[in-house]
Amino acid sequence: MKLHLKFFASLREALGPGETMEWTSAEAPTAGALRQWLRDRSEAHAQALAPGRAVRVAVDQTMAGDATPLHDGAEVAFFPPVTGG
Amino acid sequence: MTASATSAVRIQEADFDVATELETLQAGRADVGALASFTGCVRGGAGEGDLTALTLEHYPGMTERAIEAMVAEARQRFDVLDARVIHRVGRLEPGARIVLVAVASAHRRDAFQACEFLMDYLKTHAPFWKKETTPAGERWVDARVADDEALARWGIASANATGGEAAVPVEPSVAASDNARHPDSTTIADDASLATLSRANPP
Repeated sequence: MKLHLKFFASLREALGPGETMEWTSAEAPTAGALRQWLRDRSEAHAQALAPGRAVRVAVDQTMAGDATPLHDGAEVAFFPPVTGG
Repeated sequence: MTASATSAVRIQEADFDVATELETLQAGRADVGALASFTGCVRGGAGEGDLTALTLEHYPGMTERAIEAMVAEARQRFDVLDARVIHRVGRLEPGARIVLVAVASAHRRDAFQACEFLMDYLKTHAPFWKKETTPAGERWVDARVADDEALARWGIASANATGGEAAVPVEPSVAASDNARHPDSTTIADDASLATLSRANPP
């Protein structure tokens, strides 16, 4: 499936702003499965997206969770806890 | 919610004028009995490690959508006639305004509460990130558990600072615009309002 991947804040600094990419998941395509798959891309990905790190995910610009399913054309963003206001 | 109700969410680099925004909320309508607002500023000075600037990043598109949804939720919970949320992004120096939340309501209690609800929600769920610049360098600001706890007071579980999945409402919204909570008689209602402040529900 085609995904529009985005990173923000410290994740953007570590991994770049993101890209449009093709992804074939070996398991059910979820936000959590994508995060796990991305860890194998590079040492920087492995560190930034490590299981113990506080990473939030949004799917189609709505706050989501690891179990949130992904669809073809989805916009998936990973970012640290938010600190606005 | 009235037919004329509007909401406005703006994300911008430019400063805003609080008085102008409040006047806009009230302009042309006689049903507004209360205007409440919160202005957040960049805090520098003593104990803040000589902060020279804050740089705010956001997620264009999602930020606006998220805050629009928060305003809609505030309208469900409180008697909100109109609301404004303005949040600045980019580089801001100590003393600069960061955020304005303003609410027009028939009654003060709803105006105050809607403002506070919107700020608590925004701090934990709107995709903004602050980076501090000090003479020692730059660092991303950590999320605070206290902000999650502030949102939890409104019945919305939040784990922004601590991990876990995105928050889900743990109880349905209370009915909005319940005039029974705002009898026009003054003394008894006002005493009751004050009494709530001394209970576990902090202001």
